Amino acid sequence: MGQITLSQVRKSFGEVHVIPGVDLTIEDGEFVVFVGPSGCGKSTLLRLIAGLEDTTSGIIAIDGKDATALPPAKRGLAMVFQSYALYPHMSVRKNIAFPLKMAGMSESEQATRVERAAKVLNLTSYLDRRPGQLSGGQRQRVAIGRAIVREPAAFLFDEPLSNLDAALRVGMRQEITELHQSLKTTMVYVTHDQVEAMTMADKIVVLNAGRIEQVGSPLELYRAPVNQFVAGFIGSPKMNMISGAEAAKYAAATIGIRPEHILVSKTEGTWKGTVGVSEHLGSDTFLHIHDTGIEDTITVRASGEMAVHSGDTVWLTPDLEKLHKFDVNGLRIASPMLQKAGAS
Amino acid sequence: MARAISTPRKVTLTAVAWIIGLLIFFPILWTILTSFKPEAQAIADPPMFLSFDWTLENYAVVQERSDYLRYLMNSVFLSIGSTVLGLLIAVPAAWSMAFVPARRTKDVLMWMLSTKMMPPVGVLVPIYLIFRDTGLLDSRVGLTVVLMLINLPIIIWMLYTYFREIPGEILEAARMDGAGLKEEILYVLTPMAVPGIASTILLNIILAWNEAFWTLNLTAANAAPLTAFIASYSSPEGLFYAKLSAASIMAIAPILIMGWFSQKQLVRGLTFGAVK
Repeated sequence: MGQITLSQVRKSFGEVHVIPGVDLTIEDGEFVVFVGPSGCGKSTLLRLIAGLEDTTSGIIAIDGKDATALPPAKRGLAMVFQSYALYPHMSVRKNIAFPLKMAGMSESEQATRVERAAKVLNLTSYLDRRPGQLSGGQRQRVAIGRAIVREPAAFLFDEPLSNLDAALRVGMRQEITELHQSLKTTMVYVTHDQVEAMTMADKIVVLNAGRIEQVGSPLELYRAPVNQFVAGFIGSPKMNMISGAEAAKYAAATIGIRPEHILVSKTEGTWKGTVGVSEHLGSDTFLHIHDTGIEDTITVRASGEMAVHSGDTVWLTPDLEKLHKFDVNGLRIASPMLQKAGAS
Repeated sequence: MARAISTPRKVTLTAVAWIIGLLIFFPILWTILTSFKPEAQAIADPPMFLSFDWTLENYAVVQERSDYLRYLMNSVFLSIGSTVLGLLIAVPAAWSMAFVPARRTKDVLMWMLSTKMMPPVGVLVPIYLIFRDTGLLDSRVGLTVVLMLINLPIIIWMLYTYFREIPGEILEAARMDGAGLKEEILYVLTPMAVPGIASTILLNIILAWNEAFWTLNLTAANAAPLTAFIASYSSPEGLFYAKLSAASIMAIAPILIMGWFSQKQLVRGLTFGAVK
């Protein structure tokens, strides 16, 4: 079991209120990702759950039991750190066995569990090495091994992939997702990378300045962001935000349209503009369009085959069904059509 | 860093380094030589460098006249005792200051260091009186405590510096893995800080071994270490330079040999954290 409930959890460092009050329920077996820009309090929130920071007020319950005052060791959670935080003076075997040793488990039981974890993570041939003799990806696996041996109620990941190179990151992302599918244990994962959030999560928690902006499945957040912040944060490249007279036509203070929901044509369309920088990824081409008269730059995702050059004139047509409308406070103006899309 | 240095420059630098090294070592060399001279040749003018009548007589006389072994054992007891006692206090203190600093931690550290700026003689009378009234005068236990307290600021500062180099996340990982404070210090922090702790131990042993002010003032016979042993051969007994030298060599030899063998550790420890 691994249900985690936060009720009015606050954290202040002196006069600075990092977490002004969070309510959140993480269900047993869920893969929850905390995502947000740097300094939004996502790591602090994770550390509060772990017990590495004390809450200023509020209640953290694990499996229905109040754990707010419990030390980290007593919460039954395991954590994987960004820096891996392996014990450099111990072999891989001893690193993985450390939590078992602390739990007072017998030597033979420790050995069995370490062997099993090592097998799952392909670490069997490295068990007698020191962390210093391993590559970044292997170290990360040892850190995960150390977390899984004790069969915790939930795993906490604090930006575990940010020290890895891009190729390894994709691989490890997949491995962690597979691990979640096979263990079915609750996982709470912190990242600033919205691609990681979108690809791994059952549920994403978008944080900004210590507040939860929105909680939902990756597609819910993509299709129906509750405000401009979430709309801008989820999706890559970012959603185009257009305000002023053009937005007023749609009865909104600001309208948002994702680059992939704009049709590009060389002959006709709603908005006319000039191609600035174009980024060719092979599969897609991202065009930065200027001089539309509605916004400085509009980013558009075109097909990889489209032949356009800097300075060309193009026409843009937004897909009206996928247009997002926001009021003066940046909050979503619900439209029946979009709600249907969000729920599907 | 690879940097081209011309040969003449290299030769000059080496020569200068040797001269400085020999200059610093000369007093010790001279003491060693004097300890092998007959008393008359020890004060000869002009001084005799190597062409004297080598003798072991001084060592024999010193050994005969005073119980070297007792002084030696006292020195060993005091230096190791004060170091162990100091570590027991300094490790937790440095841990708390390095990993859970409070608003005034820096001030506390500076205050501790400031106690080293005061001349010890300033607190001699109160400490002497406390020792007299509690019957600690000339006792090894009392002196161990004083030597520990004298060096405690340095031990804490050194350990604090080493501990600061250890990433806090590793200790947090230990906490997540179920380690209590005791296990965290015992299984994770201490093994990782071994080089730092080792050089702290070495330095503290050397400092305690050479400490003379308190040992001379608070001991008479029972607890007197080798510093008192050397002092007993100074002027009040007459100017026997050769015997004084022999006594000095006997007193510093153990620590000199230890220092020689551990110099690598010592230098690494003292410069730890300076270069990354």
